Amino acid sequence: MKAPVADKRVELLFEVGCEEIPAGMLPKAEEEFRTNIEKLLTAESLSDGVSVETFSAPRRLTAWVRGLPVKQADIETEVTGPPKSVAYDSVGAPTRAAQSFAEKQRVHVSDLYLVQTAKGEYLAAKQVKLGRTAEQILIGILPRAVHDLTWPRSMTWTGLDGPRFIRPIRWIVAVLDGKSLQVSVAGIAAGRTTRGHRFLGSSAVNVSNFLDYEKRLQQNGVIIRPTKRQDKIAAELDAHAKKGSYSIHEDASLRKLVAYLNEYPTVIQGNFDPAFLSLPDEILITVMRDHQKYFAVENKSGELTPHFLAVINVGKDSKGLIRAGHERVLRARFADAQFFWQADQKCRLADYLPKLERVTYESRLGSYRDKVERIRTIGRWLTENWFNLGMVLAHVAEADRAAELAKCDLATEMVREFTELQGIVGGLYARAQGESDEIADAIYDHYRPVGLDDPIPRNLTGCAVALADKLDSVVGCFGVGVIPTGSSDPYALRRAALGIVKIILEKKLPVSLSLAIGAASKALLTHKPKRGVTPDQETQILDFILDRAKFVFREREGFGYDEVSAVFRAGADDLVDVQKRLVALKAIRKSKNFEPLAVSFKRIRKILEKANVAPGNSLHVNPELFENAAERGLHTAVRDAASKVQGQKRAGKFQEALETIAGLRKAVDHFFDGVMVMAENEAVRNNRLALLAELLREFTTVADFSEIGGEERH
Amino acid sequence: MKSKVKLEKRSKGLNFQDLILHLSHFWVKQGCVLQQPYDVEVGAGTMHPETFLRVLGPNSYRVGYVQPSRRPADGRYGENPNRLYKHSQFQVILKPSPVDVQDIYLKSLGAIGINLKEHDIRFEEDNWESPTLGAWGIGWQVLLDGLEITQFTYFQQSGGIDLDPISVELTYGLERICAFLQGVESVYSLRWSEDKTYGDIRLMEEQQFSEYSFDRSDAPAIRSEFELHEKQAKELLDGFKGVEGKERVRYPLLAAYDHCLKCSQLFNLLDARGVISTTERAALMARVRTIACRTAAAYLSQIGGASVQREARA
Repeated sequence: MKAPVADKRVELLFEVGCEEIPAGMLPKAEEEFRTNIEKLLTAESLSDGVSVETFSAPRRLTAWVRGLPVKQADIETEVTGPPKSVAYDSVGAPTRAAQSFAEKQRVHVSDLYLVQTAKGEYLAAKQVKLGRTAEQILIGILPRAVHDLTWPRSMTWTGLDGPRFIRPIRWIVAVLDGKSLQVSVAGIAAGRTTRGHRFLGSSAVNVSNFLDYEKRLQQNGVIIRPTKRQDKIAAELDAHAKKGSYSIHEDASLRKLVAYLNEYPTVIQGNFDPAFLSLPDEILITVMRDHQKYFAVENKSGELTPHFLAVINVGKDSKGLIRAGHERVLRARFADAQFFWQADQKCRLADYLPKLERVTYESRLGSYRDKVERIRTIGRWLTENWFNLGMVLAHVAEADRAAELAKCDLATEMVREFTELQGIVGGLYARAQGESDEIADAIYDHYRPVGLDDPIPRNLTGCAVALADKLDSVVGCFGVGVIPTGSSDPYALRRAALGIVKIILEKKLPVSLSLAIGAASKALLTHKPKRGVTPDQETQILDFILDRAKFVFREREGFGYDEVSAVFRAGADDLVDVQKRLVALKAIRKSKNFEPLAVSFKRIRKILEKANVAPGNSLHVNPELFENAAERGLHTAVRDAASKVQGQKRAGKFQEALETIAGLRKAVDHFFDGVMVMAENEAVRNNRLALLAELLREFTTVADFSEIGGEERH
Repeated sequence: MKSKVKLEKRSKGLNFQDLILHLSHFWVKQGCVLQQPYDVEVGAGTMHPETFLRVLGPNSYRVGYVQPSRRPADGRYGENPNRLYKHSQFQVILKPSPVDVQDIYLKSLGAIGINLKEHDIRFEEDNWESPTLGAWGIGWQVLLDGLEITQFTYFQQSGGIDLDPISVELTYGLERICAFLQGVESVYSLRWSEDKTYGDIRLMEEQQFSEYSFDRSDAPAIRSEFELHEKQAKELLDGFKGVEGKERVRYPLLAAYDHCLKCSQLFNLLDARGVISTTERAALMARVRTIACRTAAAYLSQIGGASVQREARA
């Protein structure tokens, strides 16, 4: 009766053929395409033992699904009907009731059987819900796997009712087990015909399965696997380097980008006039990398050589026409850069300051000229503080000069053309015009760090300018209500806050975040646009920066979620201090007294919360009211430990302080063993609560133990 | 000997005027109306009513034309080999966008003498937006051996209105393409015709208009001209609201659009003169955009009315 479900497994090849998809979006789309298919298969109970791989090239997204069952498993259910007494007559023949039950269940009466239930014997019929075939299911889910891909900005190519995608979809290949699947995506019926490379292959290539597809595409000028394209590029870059006795100016993200920009990448070498080498390397490399996607090459001593390596999307350049074209484009670009380099320096960097009045930072926060004054003020405040703390490298005048010049390059032709060189160009011009290395480097570096892995400014002066700039951005923007949301952060405030955290931690700078925010608020009030920041906003800004700090401690420095919570709960304003406390906490966590004490602290916090006693309450402990040795003992232990801990904290010996606190475990355990906190007598009860409140208050200033051992949250 | 001379001539690439002729011919064969440049100063071929207005509404249309595009701030007194106060675009609109539009475009490159098999041609992401026209689209810049030669855009909005159907806009940078074909480094040494260079024909214009827009234009006068044109555009647009029936079809919205274009060009002149701050800049652009968007909306209702009338008469 039941057809044996063959354990046959089949393969699906699915390709979405498009006009050129932006290369930078392909890696994410490829990944999302895979998870979409996996999720949809799982939802259809069709994912057991199935492997999904996805690939992409500029004109296609491809999925290779292996091990697909040909159909869903059948689901058997049992339906009960009338009781035995009604179903069969006295001679055991089926009654009308049994016959109508069989009809209703669409089975023969002879297939009915009896089952024992709690209420007695009943007639039953077996029902099989047949699994749908993979073919039926795929026709439903494949369009969704495509449709559900998310893009930064999608488009329509037919009209408002038409499909939406990142670029027009032009063909679909769907082959299941060697046969084409009757599915339609974005209004296009799938077939088994793909298209080769635009210029190297045929525009109609028939395929029967993935391996066949991969092979035929290769014959038609498309390498479907991105890793293979990247390998081909790497091998050819190496070959050129070997042949030319130079090395590649390494650039991992460029390697990846060109692998996704080309369906058949080939590396060619071009050359440029060595006279251009008089331009700074930064400018030459930016022009080559960002504008032309070329690799720069350098000699053994790391100096650029007048060659470049371009990745082209065809197999060869036998006549050298492509090389000549790229060389010509680069020559014009370099000539522009050279023109800007000379034209910009007809006046001095400081002469660009008035022009900054015409460059708006944010409409309510005024121009960059206004921002410069605020950065100078904050920078002076920082460096004066550091100098007063005895930091000999804190140079107030140099930081002020660097801040004054830091934004001037925004008005230069060079930065207007090559915006990604902001800061760098200013630093180069400053040096060329005789500013000291310290100031030139500070200008050069002050946008740094631009990400988690980017280094911080090289010298302290650069750190001061960078901090001042970022503080002004965060405080100013929050002040006018420009607050980052999940999807929008137009002034890159997260990056700015992360930069603040990184600089303070890596340079171990003594900065009180609340005071620094206050200084930036004051600068905003005393300079244009003379806007105030409310105390609530200042708290919001501090929390915003601290959120970034928590992230850094957890994700970059490997502290546990509960450790970070415990230390931040004990107060966080000086991040270097926070870091020391975290290190101490992590070190002591392994000691035997620690975790049990943390449990006790948690208990104390709960008791106090339940009794509505805030840790900072004004209750005083009255030793006269103690009734037994355990509470007297705890009180003495707390007083002794408190004075010890204070001294250790002052000396920055956080680990010793925590060890002292951990030493309280015995006294705390005794207390809870022998004392009932919520005593009948109100005075006694309040006295005990006061003792616990004092304990919590005194010993949660390094880290709040009650946070420890909480569940990991992410 | 004779054949050698011929070969040399071929390898030199098309003259500037022949490039225009070849492109015109190619697109006429694709069913395009061959239009003429618009006779009001514009900054780009998109601003020609044949693009800005024709992409609105449901009617199919194919058109091609050269549009000299004035960008006062890009002038370099004729001293920079690549930058021009006024450059020429060859603009094509295909409405609705055909499914094989990329292939057709590539064939047009063949038609101007580019052997696709010997070069590296790619479509690199580049979305286009004109804040003053309330227009944007999705597409690419087409790179020929690393040189940007065409802007290829699927128009999504014009005058703030979602387009349906979608038009494709192709904008060829004629000077760049021609310099590539002829293998010259400076735009001024391009051969325009057999015996005249681009410099012979256009250098004086570059010098004088750079001098005018950077150094001699009368900013207060330009400001008041801007106000005047804006006022006329608004009055015309306001007047359209009350017009009914036959009057509606002949109501001069096209004149309102001309005033909008004037505003745009006057704004560019002020910008080149360096007399507007960034905040004012945004505000002026918004004023031009407002007129452009209102014109587009009014035009759409006007042509809607026109097609209804045609049906009624039929």
